Amino acid sequence: MIYIFDGSLTGLLTAVFEWFERKPGPTTLKVNTIFQPEAFTETVEIMSNQEKADRVWKGLQKKLKKDWQRTFYCSYLSEIPEAYDHLFQFAIYIFENEPGAAANYGNNHVIALAKYAKSVEREKHRMEAFIRFQKTGDGMFYTSIDPDFNVLPLISNHFKNRYADQQWIIYDLKRKYGLHYDLNTVEEVTINFSESATNPNPPLALMDEKEALYALLWKDYFKSANIVARKNTKLHLQHVPRRYWKYLTEKQLA
Amino acid sequence: MSDRIREKLNILADAAKYDVSCSSSGGTRKNDNKGIGDSHSSGICHTYTEDGRCVSLLKILLTNHCIYDCLFCVSRKSNDIKRAAFTVDEVVDLTMNFYRRNYIEGLFLSSGIFKNADFTMERLLLVCKKLRLEQRYNGYIHLKTIPGASEELIKEAGLYADRMSINLEMPTEAGLKLLAPEKNHADVIKPLDFIQQNIVQFAADKKLIKHVPKFVPAGQSTQMVIGATPESDKDIMYTANAFYKNFALKRVYYSGYVPISNDSRMPVLGTQPPLLRENRLYQTDWLMRFYGFKVQEILNDANPNLDVDIDPKLSWAIRNMQHFPVDINKADYKMILRIPGIGVMSAKKIVQARKFGKLRIDQLKKIGVAYNRAKHFITCADSPYQLRDYQGTQIKAFIMAESQSKYLKTDNNQLILF
Repeated sequence: MIYIFDGSLTGLLTAVFEWFERKPGPTTLKVNTIFQPEAFTETVEIMSNQEKADRVWKGLQKKLKKDWQRTFYCSYLSEIPEAYDHLFQFAIYIFENEPGAAANYGNNHVIALAKYAKSVEREKHRMEAFIRFQKTGDGMFYTSIDPDFNVLPLISNHFKNRYADQQWIIYDLKRKYGLHYDLNTVEEVTINFSESATNPNPPLALMDEKEALYALLWKDYFKSANIVARKNTKLHLQHVPRRYWKYLTEKQLA
Repeated sequence: MSDRIREKLNILADAAKYDVSCSSSGGTRKNDNKGIGDSHSSGICHTYTEDGRCVSLLKILLTNHCIYDCLFCVSRKSNDIKRAAFTVDEVVDLTMNFYRRNYIEGLFLSSGIFKNADFTMERLLLVCKKLRLEQRYNGYIHLKTIPGASEELIKEAGLYADRMSINLEMPTEAGLKLLAPEKNHADVIKPLDFIQQNIVQFAADKKLIKHVPKFVPAGQSTQMVIGATPESDKDIMYTANAFYKNFALKRVYYSGYVPISNDSRMPVLGTQPPLLRENRLYQTDWLMRFYGFKVQEILNDANPNLDVDIDPKLSWAIRNMQHFPVDINKADYKMILRIPGIGVMSAKKIVQARKFGKLRIDQLKKIGVAYNRAKHFITCADSPYQLRDYQGTQIKAFIMAESQSKYLKTDNNQLILF
């Protein structure tokens, strides 16, 4: 049996609900965007249902400690197709066993979720580290990112608490939505980059007059802090993989 | 104007970079005044320099003018280099603007000693106060304690800084006397002790009174220069151990000496910094702090120096083969932690997972155990039966044969005849 869902968390949790409703035996969960029909396996399309999803989530909260609830959510945010099936199987495994079953690192789904969550948490941490704001002429601190996983929901609080006295925008170019903090709350926003679709960075003319100076000072500092006699390119790349360089002010030539 | 500040930043960041601590962990400050800055308990490294070291803090000297002439220090009085000094406002302005752009976690402020200790400490304190009180800044501040500064100033600084540190510089008194005759360890121990007593006192008050201000919430650290003087690894780690014990330090840093002087008492210019040795010392430090090893188990009169070719944990294991093999499914956590190839995370997962059934090799691999290393020291549910016991030296040869050191560029494996 194959369950097909729409890729939403609601859909995934609904699938778990439907499985317990019907108990169809071994079932795989697939997301509709990449699903290829198979000749000999029956498929069922899952209709996302908030009420059913809420019930499943409540149930999981009873069975899972806080850290495993977060592991579950983080794995979902990885957006990896295989992760959805592991989440589905994991939920079934948890409901069919006593509380505490998540500690069974011998179980395939437990270890898979632990791995997905680790990747997502690492990406989240990297965004907290590598995001560089640019101050615009109207006092807004702006940045755009395209993280490997959908981490905006995870970093929102960190930036809200830290930069409570400045307005900021963090925009996810890949997923086409962003976060805007207006000194009170964080809200999701979408920006239409119709004019400058190729270069989403705001042009220099729109920047705060001192933005260029501080960027320059930071680049200077980055160079000065390096000890040439200890050069270790391998370690450097391990910590700052090349795909993140585009975010980093200190890694820009001009 | 911008040229002058650039030059100052270059000089004073360059002079500060030999202080290796860049940790921003342990801060507990919350942004509860709608200001700026909120600690991240484990700290954040915002970038890494090309030497692979983390950049978390804006690490600068207030000035590199100094009345001392310590041979190992780039800012020593007799060194012919450009001198500069920041004003208090310049440091505040740089910190705030870097922090607002998410370049840094906070400020690491040190200084050469100009005029006298108190004069210098006062300036450092002023920077902290301006940041905390005028700018409502709750980011991280790592402040150097200036040896010889008055207790009043040090105590006040502790109310604004997250971490304070003061460097031992050389692992032994004799080494220090050789290179910095004007200094001694007692000058370092006194303020370390004073701050530690205050940390304890504030913590005790906090139990009784609700609103006690924070006092150095991220604790103290120190640093030793390695390889400038001829101490053994045992000397170094015994000193480190004593300081961890006596002053509840959060960290001891080991800084491989980068030659900056052509004095005959020190390694000549152009000598490679002892990176491998530094690495082994940090490994030992971790074994002491997170793996339950006593320093005497790793370094003693029979083994005064750490092995170069293998790490200290493996080295301990092959010297103590009587403890192995360890049964993964039965041994207690402490013993599992001592198995080469198993770290803290894997050890924790193992003790959780084995409650659900005996663990097999494939499961251990998935948990994250470095099985090729660990297999010589463990048994699990499906370990292959082994006819003979191998000697420690043989196991070492097996492991060396299949692993590659990132430091030793040439392969120096010897043929094993027996």
